[in-house]
Amino acid sequence: MTELRNIAHELSQQLYHYRADYLEIHLEESSGSYISYRGQNLDTAGRSSDLGGNIRALVNGGWGFVSFNSLDDIQKRIDQAIHQAALAGSAQSQFASAPSVTYAQPDELSQSSVERPLEDKKRVLDEYKDLIWQTKGIKTSFIRFSDGYRRRFYVNSRGSVIEQSRADINFNATAIASADGELQQSNISVGSRGDYNAITRLHSQIKDMTEHAVKLLTAPKVKGGEYTVILDPILAGVFVHEAFGHLSEADHIYENPQMREVMVLGKKFGPKILNIVDNPTMPDLRGSYKYDDEGVAATKNYLIREGKLSGRLHSRETAAKMNEPLSGNARAISYRYAPIVRMSNTYIEPGTSTLEEMLDGVKEGIYVKNWYGGTTSMEMFTFSSGEAYMIRDGKIAEALRLVVLSGNVFDTLHNIDMIGNDLDMNQGGGCGKGGQSPLPVSNGSPHIRIQKCLVGGA
Amino acid sequence: MLEKIIEQAKKVAEQAECFMVESESAPIHFEANHLKNIESKQSLSLALRIIKDGKIGYAASSNPANWPKLADMALETAAYGQTARFQFPATQTCPEVKIFDPEVETVSLEEMVKLGKDMITGLLEINPELVCSASLAKSTFRIRLLNTSGADISYKKSHFSMGLEGTLVRGTDMLFVGDGLSSCRPIRSGSEVVNLVGKQLERASRNVNLQSGEMPVIFTPHGVGSTIIPALSAALNGKLVQEKASPLAGKLGEQMFDPAFSLVDDPTQSFSPNSRPFDDEGTASQITPMVESGVIKNFIYDLRTAALAKAKSTGNAERHGGQPAPGFSALMIKPGTVSFEEMVSGIKEGLIVEFMMGAEQGNVLGGDFSGNVLLGYKIENGQIAGRVKDTMLSGNIYNALKTINAIGSDGRWLDGELFSPSIYFPKLSVAAK
Repeated sequence: MTELRNIAHELSQQLYHYRADYLEIHLEESSGSYISYRGQNLDTAGRSSDLGGNIRALVNGGWGFVSFNSLDDIQKRIDQAIHQAALAGSAQSQFASAPSVTYAQPDELSQSSVERPLEDKKRVLDEYKDLIWQTKGIKTSFIRFSDGYRRRFYVNSRGSVIEQSRADINFNATAIASADGELQQSNISVGSRGDYNAITRLHSQIKDMTEHAVKLLTAPKVKGGEYTVILDPILAGVFVHEAFGHLSEADHIYENPQMREVMVLGKKFGPKILNIVDNPTMPDLRGSYKYDDEGVAATKNYLIREGKLSGRLHSRETAAKMNEPLSGNARAISYRYAPIVRMSNTYIEPGTSTLEEMLDGVKEGIYVKNWYGGTTSMEMFTFSSGEAYMIRDGKIAEALRLVVLSGNVFDTLHNIDMIGNDLDMNQGGGCGKGGQSPLPVSNGSPHIRIQKCLVGGA
Repeated sequence: MLEKIIEQAKKVAEQAECFMVESESAPIHFEANHLKNIESKQSLSLALRIIKDGKIGYAASSNPANWPKLADMALETAAYGQTARFQFPATQTCPEVKIFDPEVETVSLEEMVKLGKDMITGLLEINPELVCSASLAKSTFRIRLLNTSGADISYKKSHFSMGLEGTLVRGTDMLFVGDGLSSCRPIRSGSEVVNLVGKQLERASRNVNLQSGEMPVIFTPHGVGSTIIPALSAALNGKLVQEKASPLAGKLGEQMFDPAFSLVDDPTQSFSPNSRPFDDEGTASQITPMVESGVIKNFIYDLRTAALAKAKSTGNAERHGGQPAPGFSALMIKPGTVSFEEMVSGIKEGLIVEFMMGAEQGNVLGGDFSGNVLLGYKIENGQIAGRVKDTMLSGNIYNALKTINAIGSDGRWLDGELFSPSIYFPKLSVAAK
């Protein structure tokens, strides 16, 4: 750790000698542990440690990027990054300024779960495994726990030196039930910003999940078509991330004139009750940080306010090119990648409805809970639910097999007609974009109701 | 260095294995029709696997300063590790697999830039309204494996890839097209990629409506890759079979699919990006028939899974930043004799699926696929009528692959992971808005 710190401080003294419009250096050290079970047996247990860095240079609008594991010859690598940037560049660099910052977050490695003996973690996982296998009809199960601690040093040619660290914990469990050659699965995914307790008290959730997998064997498949759907806070969080969040990332927009027209600020995207926020400054969530990976301070950002497009997520380059305020959303999953525009903690602000009010008047609809997956292509998105139930005459009725919901963002947001008062943030999973996956993010929402949502049958 | 780590590990464990990967990669990226970014990436990582008191321990690090600690890290994990019922293999006779071409290293940055520019120019000639991005990369990998059974083996691989994407936005209507090629040899022209993407553009030139219902569906090679393969490759993985989490468990020798369907795993094809002389545990590469004329022939194994299943490793150990697990190197679906055009011409009303989105997010283990047709075309009276949108396709591979109308003669490689022709299914369920 001290070695990287010394290198970072030494380099910060030298960077302004170089001829580039902008230079930044990331150095990073990390450690991690993981344990996984498949079936009744422990499958893998391991430890890892990682050290590396990168250099990014901007010259005449072109970028050079050099990543490395070996810390030798960093000067030579800086020259190489600048040379590459100069080859790529052929215009004026546009790059937003931010105040230079000297900041060092205290090192908390000793308190992170990575440092705990594997034995502690294994004990908890054993309890969960036994819980799953107590249920009749379970064919097999998968459990995976991983934790990590990462310390990053950021130095740029504008005088910033920033040290930040983060702990991250991920837990997944899947139960697989089978009968008569049919297989059905159910899973949960939980994450935390290093709080080990977040994964030690999941017994009742594990039990419910396991029972649900068995229940799915006799559950009917939904008939494909358009339905009124009610999403629980967890799945609505995935919905807001997939259906809208990615569309707010300025790097999809800034160099495409037609896209800029579609995504013009002030445009009506949804009903007046809809407010969507991206906020890295919330305390202790997986998508939280103080400074992004371009040394820009994190800010709370309204993406949609009262149904209208009111902001977007930026890197320094996209903000400059669109002449909009910095948002502090340039993030990289590790030193092997250049920062790109990413979400942090993304959520729909609570409204005033209750779940009962939403159910009321739905003659035939679908109630979906818990996330299974989700993806987007800007205009269209799909996401799948961990649990689904028919709604009949305003009541939650029989369980259904896993459903995949899909839609077109430009219609679907307008079709949100009720927003609950019960905001909840979900920390499971991670986000993938541009080959960088998984990035720790969180998302959330209250219950929401969407009219005319396309549901895939089977 | 590796020898030292093995020596160190030998003192505390019965068996040990070191696996080292070094790579250098030089990707370049074009965005919004112009060159944007030139990168070079150097990486090095070392993994140590030990067997101590019959149990597996594992540690990995990219930090050479930490390598002396690897044995201790692995020792801690071995206390909880899985029981090992196998030996690390001694040096085996491996097939001669051509995967290194020194020409790759000599492709200049200027040439790569020119290739990228030419691809974008070519695509803009087809449609000047497009906003294009492109990526090209040349890479070299060096793999070395040492173990206490005396193996000290290595290989060098070269890799060259190019990809091209186009975005067309009209109001809120967005079209994304894209394709790419990769090889262990340099690819000196971008025209094939331009043609592939141009074909997608031509087929998607206008939007048309599709009625919900059951209809004939043709998957292009990309469509097969994004719809059929996730569930099929999971089901043929020895790990899931051994855990009885695969619907194909216990089905060896049974006719599960249409006789037209045959599939092999072949990591020995010359200059194919996923080829290699031995797998990530030092087991020699082999060609493994998976499905022959619809009959299930084999499952894939690594050493650990094979030992549990009382089978033999098929040379399919793969590492993706963690411990070895069975994984497919390069799946090849046997092409048929019918051309794509012939398939289309026989359909009155149907769907062609180019890219599916979200098909791997359902009950994949059960064989279900349900997703949004990200790029797909409607067939009307034997002709491609245009692009369909807001359309979902659902099905189950075990039902779908039972009855195949035709397999195309148009087989091609996708990323070196899959060689697939187009496949024509008589009836699948489509839900449209």
